[in-house]
Amino acid sequence: MSATSSGIRFDSVTVAYDGNVVLDTFDLTVEPGEVMALLGPSGSGKTTALRAVAGFVRPASGRVFLGDRDVTDLPPHRRGIGMVVQQYALFPHMRVEENVAFGLRARKVPRAEIRERVAEALDLTGMGAYARRHPRELSGGQQQRVAIARALAIRPGVLLLDEPLSALDAQLRSGMLAELARLHRELPDVSILYVTHDQVEALTLADRIAVMDKARLRACGTPRELYRSPADEFTASFVGGANLLPVTVTAGGVSFAGADVKVDTSSAAPGASAVLCVRPHLVGLGDGPNRLAGTLEEIQWRGSTHRLFVDVGGHRVMADLRELRDPPAHGDEVTLHFAPDDAVLLPAGVDHD
Amino acid sequence: MTDVMHKPRAVTGRSRPGGGGREPSTAQRPFRALVWALPPVVLLAVFFLYPLALVVQQSFQPDTGGTSLEPYADVFASYAFREALWTTVWLAVAATAGCLVLGFVLALVIAFVPFPGAKAVARFIDVFLSFPSFLITLALLFIYGTVGMANGLWTDATGAAEGPFQFLTTPWGVLLAEITYFTPFVVRPLLAAFSQLDTAQLEAASSLGARAPRIVRRIILPEALPALAAGGSLVLVLCLNEFGIVLFTGAKGVTTLPTLVYGKAMLESDYPGACVVAVVNVLISVGLYGLYRVVSRRAGA
Ligand SMILES: Nc1ncnc2c1ncn2[C@@H]1O[C@H](COP(=O)(O)OP(=O)(O)OP(=O)(O)O)[C@@H](O)[C@H]1O
Ligand SMILES: [Mg+2]
Repeated sequence: MSATSSGIRFDSVTVAYDGNVVLDTFDLTVEPGEVMALLGPSGSGKTTALRAVAGFVRPASGRVFLGDRDVTDLPPHRRGIGMVVQQYALFPHMRVEENVAFGLRARKVPRAEIRERVAEALDLTGMGAYARRHPRELSGGQQQRVAIARALAIRPGVLLLDEPLSALDAQLRSGMLAELARLHRELPDVSILYVTHDQVEALTLADRIAVMDKARLRACGTPRELYRSPADEFTASFVGGANLLPVTVTAGGVSFAGADVKVDTSSAAPGASAVLCVRPHLVGLGDGPNRLAGTLEEIQWRGSTHRLFVDVGGHRVMADLRELRDPPAHGDEVTLHFAPDDAVLLPAGVDHD
Repeated sequence: MTDVMHKPRAVTGRSRPGGGGREPSTAQRPFRALVWALPPVVLLAVFFLYPLALVVQQSFQPDTGGTSLEPYADVFASYAFREALWTTVWLAVAATAGCLVLGFVLALVIAFVPFPGAKAVARFIDVFLSFPSFLITLALLFIYGTVGMANGLWTDATGAAEGPFQFLTTPWGVLLAEITYFTPFVVRPLLAAFSQLDTAQLEAASSLGARAPRIVRRIILPEALPALAAGGSLVLVLCLNEFGIVLFTGAKGVTTLPTLVYGKAMLESDYPGACVVAVVNVLISVGLYGLYRVVSRRAGA
């Protein structure tokens, strides 16, 4: 299935509902063939951004481009976008094949070609055997596949997915995630904008992740960049869990709760306050470099791992450890450590919330 | 979807009054159940079945005495009856069709075209349903009647003796009045159906390249069919039995079955004849209602 590669560009897009700004001078470019995840907490404006691309909301200012085409003033039916939403929105009175053919009929594709392309789209999503069924006769995951097949049948250059997996249970979700990754390999020219508030989905699927908060773009980068060296506290905590420890910069490192910690401080001046970001799974138990002593507050067994919450000088430090043979008990004195390379120093947060 | 799944259960429930769950107790105390069933049955018998039986009985008793099919033969042979039957049916069918088309368009506009006051209009339609039918007819008389506003403006402007609007006393006048009065009966259930419609479906359709007409035809109309069937059949039965509108438009040339009953009973004192026409009217109404039930059950509504 070929598609005209296009890509998406937001150019200072602002959207307001009744004077209430829900998307604030939003700039973002999705390259042709790229998978971009829009990650952010509920109400941060992710769906709104998507709807601006699809044409269901009009920006108060700014332009939306598909490829070189300025589509800001085009109605939805002339944009040629594939869209899949959380609740699938299949047409209940049409069979699966009619659902998938809907967009092709609307585009006046010749009859013989419709049959071919419907079969192709259904095969691509593994739904070929269900063509004659009605949506109500399908499971949630199957309905989701039909919704994707319906969006792909019109061979869009751009695919918009708004939390497509959030109505599925955990197991089905990881299966569909693999399916989506496979689909993208088979359709390398389609740009995908993928809205989610699940960081695992974003990290798994995306070429790049755009993190949103309160109507604004907070950070944009590859999953690795955002995970390894986040630019601010919000991004650090949203892309993977993080210990965010308030520290003071000293000559050779930082001081945290009275302990000296060695990290790269090239970005900060001595004496300044800063935040140290350490991923919980990079924290080890026992003696080592950057030793922190504290009291075990809580311990959670999560099957393959133990999560420890340790009180270090009044601050809570999380550590994810491979399942411990004999775990420490509540109230025990424990020692934690982490490698200097595994910590990132962030400027002190003005955006604490 | 849950709605669709619950409905059949509601239908089977209705055909078994009393409900399955209470059967053991009714079996133990059949007398109690009878006591409860008595008042509605008595009311039904006294106020509905008895008069109906009287009408049917009267229709078999010609003025000449005895019991015979003579009144039926007389009535069926009369030109006036056949004329009234035809007028009644085509007026009712045409009015229903008109109401369905107009009601569908109106409901679409109210539900999907964002204009200020759409809520108020929807509210007004509820009120409109409670108006007596002659009120609408009077309003039409004031506007289009022989000495109404429209003709008044015309005669004032041109000096002619008569205005051009004389259709109100023709069947077309009755049709206009019935469509005006009964359209809200279609709009109401349609608005309810549209409010259940998933807007995400409409958005998905337009994203797939469909323009408004295709969305209306392929997405909205199929979802609205049960509501259209319900509203349409209600209007059809109401139109078949409409009396006030036909009388008030002053259409002396327009006789329908209900006005024929009135004429025979009150003006000609031909009670057997009136009863025959009434029986035919009831049979048509019940027959059409039964047809509607069969069709709507077939449609899975
Ligand atoms: N039609 C609307 N009218 C008024 N306000 C709206 C409308 N749609 C969304 N909003 C507001 O815009 C803000 C952003 O909404 P949006 O749906 O884009 O959030 P989101 O990031 O997709 O959240 P979620 O993860 O919960 O889906 C919210 O505060 C919401 O209340
Ligand atoms: Mg959303």
